[in-house]
Amino acid sequence: MHKFLIRSFVSSLVLLFTLTVAAVAKDVKAAFVYIGPTGDHGWTYQHDVGRKAVEAAGFKTTYVEGVPESADAERVLRQLANSGHDVIFTTSFGYMNPTNKVAKEFPNVKFEHATGYKREHPNVSTYAARFYEGRTILGTIAGTMTKSNVIGYVASFPIPEVIRGINSFTLAAQKVNPNIKTKIVWAFTWYDPGKEAEAAKALIDQGADVIAQHTDSTAIVQMAEKAGVYAFGQASDMDKFAPKAVLTSVENNWGPYYVDRVKAVANGTWNQKDTWHGIGDGMVVISDLDSQMPADLRSKVKKLQADLASGKVHSFTGPIYDQKGNLMVAEGKTADDGMLAGMMTYVKGVEGDIPK
Amino acid sequence: MIIDINFVGLIIASIMASAVPLILASCGELITERSGVLNLGVEGMMIIGAISGFALMTVTGSLIVAVFGAMLAGVLISTIFAFLTQTLITNHVATGLALTIFGIGISAMIGKNFVGIPGKEFPVLFESLKDTIPLISPILFGHSIVFYFAFALPFMTNYFLKKTKIGLIVRAVGDSPESASNQGINVRLVRYACILYGGAMSGLAGSYLSMIYTPQWIENMTGGRGWIALALVVFSTWNPIKILIGAMIFGGLTIIQFHMQAIGVRIPVQFLTALPYIVTIIVLVVISRDSRKIRLSTPSSLGKSFHKDN
Repeated sequence: MHKFLIRSFVSSLVLLFTLTVAAVAKDVKAAFVYIGPTGDHGWTYQHDVGRKAVEAAGFKTTYVEGVPESADAERVLRQLANSGHDVIFTTSFGYMNPTNKVAKEFPNVKFEHATGYKREHPNVSTYAARFYEGRTILGTIAGTMTKSNVIGYVASFPIPEVIRGINSFTLAAQKVNPNIKTKIVWAFTWYDPGKEAEAAKALIDQGADVIAQHTDSTAIVQMAEKAGVYAFGQASDMDKFAPKAVLTSVENNWGPYYVDRVKAVANGTWNQKDTWHGIGDGMVVISDLDSQMPADLRSKVKKLQADLASGKVHSFTGPIYDQKGNLMVAEGKTADDGMLAGMMTYVKGVEGDIPK
Repeated sequence: MIIDINFVGLIIASIMASAVPLILASCGELITERSGVLNLGVEGMMIIGAISGFALMTVTGSLIVAVFGAMLAGVLISTIFAFLTQTLITNHVATGLALTIFGIGISAMIGKNFVGIPGKEFPVLFESLKDTIPLISPILFGHSIVFYFAFALPFMTNYFLKKTKIGLIVRAVGDSPESASNQGINVRLVRYACILYGGAMSGLAGSYLSMIYTPQWIENMTGGRGWIALALVVFSTWNPIKILIGAMIFGGLTIIQFHMQAIGVRIPVQFLTALPYIVTIIVLVVISRDSRKIRLSTPSSLGKSFHKDN
């Protein structure tokens, strides 16, 4: 009896396995590796929205969340590559080396690494979004809407991505209002609603009447709503969390890129690429502009958005000086991608030092 | 920078608001520990309270149901701990740690459907008086009912432990369960009650975070506040009034740090994050040098299982 049970169990397992393999072999399957939980309502959440767009386009997807940027990442990647996935998206900077390492072992699997720069094998592509373009728009709005001329900025960690955002924001704000001061508070977290709210409160208590954020939770816009100041949504449209405070949001929109790339795998047209898309390609989306903004500001922002999209306007157009007054970008020139990717100095007009 | 008196009031009010979850959870844990039980599951119970409160608020729309539901959720999860440690006599430390891991996991699972939903506005009291007296008004008025409850709780806890018969029984059970048992006290029953009470307060603390302080749900939103609450109990040397002071210091550290940053003064963040624990260790070192102080403050049977009672 026992033997019979075991035998039928094993045979059904084998059958199941064959069925799975057969199913896998038929259509393209995409896998996503996330640094955080999909419940963070920020970075990972937006990638997962993109994954759902891939599902909606008719492809099978899997995801693994909360994968540390260590040897664990390699193990997860190997497992995904081994289990019949045709394309794997690794959605955090720290997966750069594991992605390239595993890509070498699986030349038939395509790898897409977000925010990195290493493409050591022909089956590795990289992609990122020009969020700083969105921050140019936010800076323009903040510089116009502030009455106290103090703008608060809650930052996460001192990395080029965040510094670039602060610079782009400040340059735009100063352009419309040379008297503004940007006060920066580093929260040293990507999401901890309590801490983010406390950081925003400190800035508001010190006179800031517009708050920008480079952390993920909605606590900051909610705090702004309570205090009666303006704020901007991060990563997704946060208007419903603070209808009065949120003037607009910069949304991370990975869906179109993901669908595009998975389709390319299905059609056999996938090739190695380095993608850095901004407003023009729809990877960075500006949410609806709040009606509290004066009509002329709204039309100005719309125009700026169109110009950023067409490339007529660049967020980092010279002359740009650093805090000590050294020329970073000469008049009439724009910052190249190399400079943007490694930006670790504040531009003139930003107060304080970058913490170590 | 000119120090405006209203500005000081605003900072103190922010510090008090950030101290609320710490006071609630610590006062609950203090009662648990005074009965001789060490429950390291505060973080887990808090996060369960946070998701339960938020979920109930979203589903039922009633704030009262949500707040009491969060407390009940804290009670339910602490029942697991009570059953394991009191009935099955498992190790307190291991069970408490397991409770935290369990709480974080299950809250993430329940919370999947509640990410990205805005919370409801929680009513505040005496808002019209908020601008009447400089410095004092922002501190005293315009807060939620939970805020006022939290600041009354240490005094009520103190009164309960020192002046009531049941408080005396709790202390007796924590100091010498054998003697208490010989006096005819049901040690297991008292400890059960104290654990469940601790769960209720942790649940309330969690719901304060997800419903009042930052009305939203995201995974792991308690962010280690449960551990700080645990450190706070030790810091206070099991004295509820000192919890009040400690919570203001521990909660205030981040806020002061942010204000310093906005003014332009830099303090290493890592140091400040570690400070509550460093201070707690210093307090432990200081009290452990004096055996009389240990005797007076630490519940003698803290963390020890009690078998005899039947």
